Amino acid sequence: MRFTDLACRLIAASYLAIFASCLNALELEDRQRYPGTGDTMIKVISTGDLAVFEPFILQFQAENPAIGIDYYVTSSAVLHTAIKEGDVFDIAMSSAMDLQFQLANDGAAQRFTSPITESLPGWARWRNQVFAFTAEPAVAVISRARFAGLERPKTRQELIGLLRQNPTAFEDAIGTYDVRTSGLGYLFATQEARNSDTFWRLFELMGRRGTELYCCSAQMIDDVASGRLTLAYNVLGSYTAERIARDDRLEILTLEDYETVMLRTALIPATATEVEAAGLFLDRLLQEGMRETSSVWALPPLRAADTPEARAYGPIRLGPGLLVYLDKLNRDAFLGAWSDAIVQP
Amino acid sequence: MRFLLVEDNIELAEAIIARLSLDGHAVDHAKTLAAADEWLAVAEYDLMLLDVMLPDGDGRAFLRKTRTTERVPVIVLTARSQVSDRVDTLDLGADDYITKPFDFAELEARCRAVLRRRGTPTPALIPLGGALFDPSGGTLSHDGETKPLRNRELRLLEVFARNKGKILSKTQLLDRLFSQDAEVSENAIEVYVARLRKRLSAAGVEIETVRGVGYRMTWA
Amino acid sequence: MSSTTTVPVFWRSIGQRLTILLAGIAAVLAILSWWMITSFAREAAERTQDNVLVASATTIAEALRSEQGTILLELPYSAFAMLDAIGEDRVFYRVAAGAQTLTGYEDLIPPSNPERPGDVAVGTIDYRGDQLRTVTVMRTVLADQNPVPVLVTVAQTRTGVQAIGSGLSQTAAVLSVALFILAVGLGTFAAGNALQPLNSFAQAVTRRGPSDLRPLRRKVPDELSPLLVALNRLMERLGQSIRRSEEFIAEAAHRVRTPLATVRAQAELALHTVEKDEEKQMLRRIIRAVDESSRSASQLLDHATVSFRADALAQEVVDLADLAEKVTDGLAPTAEMKDITLTLDADGPASVRGDAILLESALRNVVDNSVKYSPAETQITVTLAPADNAHWRLTVRDEGRGFSDASLPELTARFKRGTNVDQIVGSGLGLTIAEDVLVAHGGHLKLSTPDDGAGACVSLILPAA
Repeated sequence: MRFTDLACRLIAASYLAIFASCLNALELEDRQRYPGTGDTMIKVISTGDLAVFEPFILQFQAENPAIGIDYYVTSSAVLHTAIKEGDVFDIAMSSAMDLQFQLANDGAAQRFTSPITESLPGWARWRNQVFAFTAEPAVAVISRARFAGLERPKTRQELIGLLRQNPTAFEDAIGTYDVRTSGLGYLFATQEARNSDTFWRLFELMGRRGTELYCCSAQMIDDVASGRLTLAYNVLGSYTAERIARDDRLEILTLEDYETVMLRTALIPATATEVEAAGLFLDRLLQEGMRETSSVWALPPLRAADTPEARAYGPIRLGPGLLVYLDKLNRDAFLGAWSDAIVQP
Repeated sequence: MRFLLVEDNIELAEAIIARLSLDGHAVDHAKTLAAADEWLAVAEYDLMLLDVMLPDGDGRAFLRKTRTTERVPVIVLTARSQVSDRVDTLDLGADDYITKPFDFAELEARCRAVLRRRGTPTPALIPLGGALFDPSGGTLSHDGETKPLRNRELRLLEVFARNKGKILSKTQLLDRLFSQDAEVSENAIEVYVARLRKRLSAAGVEIETVRGVGYRMTWA
Repeated sequence: MSSTTTVPVFWRSIGQRLTILLAGIAAVLAILSWWMITSFAREAAERTQDNVLVASATTIAEALRSEQGTILLELPYSAFAMLDAIGEDRVFYRVAAGAQTLTGYEDLIPPSNPERPGDVAVGTIDYRGDQLRTVTVMRTVLADQNPVPVLVTVAQTRTGVQAIGSGLSQTAAVLSVALFILAVGLGTFAAGNALQPLNSFAQAVTRRGPSDLRPLRRKVPDELSPLLVALNRLMERLGQSIRRSEEFIAEAAHRVRTPLATVRAQAELALHTVEKDEEKQMLRRIIRAVDESSRSASQLLDHATVSFRADALAQEVVDLADLAEKVTDGLAPTAEMKDITLTLDADGPASVRGDAILLESALRNVVDNSVKYSPAETQITVTLAPADNAHWRLTVRDEGRGFSDASLPELTARFKRGTNVDQIVGSGLGLTIAEDVLVAHGGHLKLSTPDDGAGACVSLILPAA
């Protein structure tokens, strides 16, 4: 479901005339209002699908019935621009932790401290401005049908070998993010390239075999399930886990050498007006992140970063290193190299 | 009795000698400790009266020395009257002490007390008619019965005994008898004389009243 | 107007003075050390940050290259990752060729730029609401054979440095306080220890009896030896002075009493030779005057002795029975002169603690008084018995005139004699002396008239040892 510009304009005019101009610019994927019993209404901008976040929002409202929530879904790039340009939101949640970090670094986030933020591990927060509440690995998903008779590779090295030895099985049947358009894909690719030199060899090979580029995990998984793809590389694991559980055509390929783990982060923008309610919301979010038992949603908790595979490099570090790949020159250089590898004539 | 008086003040010494002689005592006088040593070497004394401050030394040192060789009883004449000095003196072996200036009656009483404590080996008894008077022991014996005399009776009797047949005026008796610090009337003399008459009548001793003059004691 | 200046309480004690001075010094040192540690720590942290920034900027500068006239840069990951080392600080950077920003934050303008390649310019600026430490390095890159100077600026907020600084400052503060407390403790100990010789010196002097004037032979610290020498000289002079005055008193007594004795003896002798009553009366008056003055002198000396000795009372064990026997023996001849029977009823031992000479003096004065004021041929009884569980009572009872009721409390007052005493020689000091002695021993004197009304009763009550 997509809001048209007109719809956006209508909603903006009818609900929040004062922000009309900025909302005007927002390219929204989804929006949902959850009015509370009181006057307080927090505006949440997120890259998370409503389907994933709704249970949490409902749970939060059950606990804080007075607080209404206006939930906006958009891409990480749009979210970044909106916050950077001073649009008024009370919470910004994004899977693009590099962009989130940059917002905080550039002074677009405000500090928030509570007993719950204090209990968060040091690596999961930065300056008490950016807080991680999930740890989500990038995984490889395979089609059981198309993988029949093939040995499951245990490392990327073995995967490279497999791709070399079985050209037919993978010919035009590999999918991955188009890092030129997907912020998350870019993050996964740059971090992996930084950590391991097998990355370029793997992508070189994937390019040679013919790789389909996607914007989103969901579509990649659909194509693996349908058998169009043999392998989808660097799919957001959290989204697929549930799918795989009820779809036996899919399987997660466990690669034991390493695992790139992304932290989904939230921050309170400097422009936030409902800081107190936003704090409650953030606290509740972090409680989910630190939970031990089953939760209201499918997103994995922070301790998911503690698997043997993830431990090889740890979750992506929430620190100034993230700025490196946001650098214009770096980005150009990386995308150039990436395109050369994967988009083969 | 024979006294050795060790005293450097000549006037005082002369007065003491004169007074003791009145009571019939013999007194040798030494002005220095050296002289005292010499006297002690040649004569036997019943009692020594020792002044503690002498030109040739401290009487107390002499006393300590004498005590080791001599048995003669010592009464110290001292001008010091501090409590500690009195104690010192007695500790050094003096039999008694008397502070200057002193009453002769008290000196006499102390001499008597010292001699009595020492137990004079040969009492000088004075026969009075049928009775025997022991002035140093303070007793009067008659018919094999020895009776103690009261102090004042004793001293009165002693005066009478040394002045046989002489008339003694009441004032004379008073002067001899009583210490000067007690006021005694002449009537008291009459009382004591009456007492003595009673004690002595059986022994044939008579105290006669000489009207307007005094008393006279006579015995056979 | 008082000439004494007001002195703060603590200056009255050398120990307190030392302790406070030492504590003051410790406080100054503690503050100084806190300040020094704090500033060193801050400086060290800042220098560390500068070094990291220089390293970061240099790493970036080294990654610069040119390709076909275009300056290219691939930011090394480590250049920024290393900036994470100090704390969670915001990071900004700018790479510029001349005025043209190649990449990074265009508005990040460092306060100064290095002059030559290889130079480093360090500065501090305010940027986006925070204070930034900026480091700029220069590298020349050849682009189309033209050397182009490229400036690499890396900047970081100082939160981490300040956190490190204030953390160390707090630690230093805790250490300084601990150091201060320790120093005060040690200072107190040191002051006490330094003053110990003085205290033991003072105690050695205090422990001495009042008549102990021997020189002090002690090892004392050098600082105290002038005091010791001065004290010993003082004691020597005091001793000499006391000896001299004792000798003077003895000599004076001797010089006075011997002529008095001569006068009295001559007068008494003269009584036997003069006939006239008037002359006899005159001689008696002379004798009485001599006696009066000699007795007064004796009692004054006795009283002086009592006052002197009572100040520092000896604590020997004295048997009252023994003491009473000595006194009655000594006064028996005097009593005998008046045919007064002096009897002692005492079963020893009856121990009390005190000065034997003073106690003897007290009892002798009381008995002497009784002998003086009793008529001839009477009884004086000295009885020793327990007064209660903790006290002994020495009672001197005579058959004299007794005390008139009115005079009882006044009797012991100095120089007062009973109103009904006439003609009897005595200065009246006797009972005062006795009372003073008893009070000094924790006892008291009690005057009473016996139930049968005849005579007087004087009780000396003393605590048992």
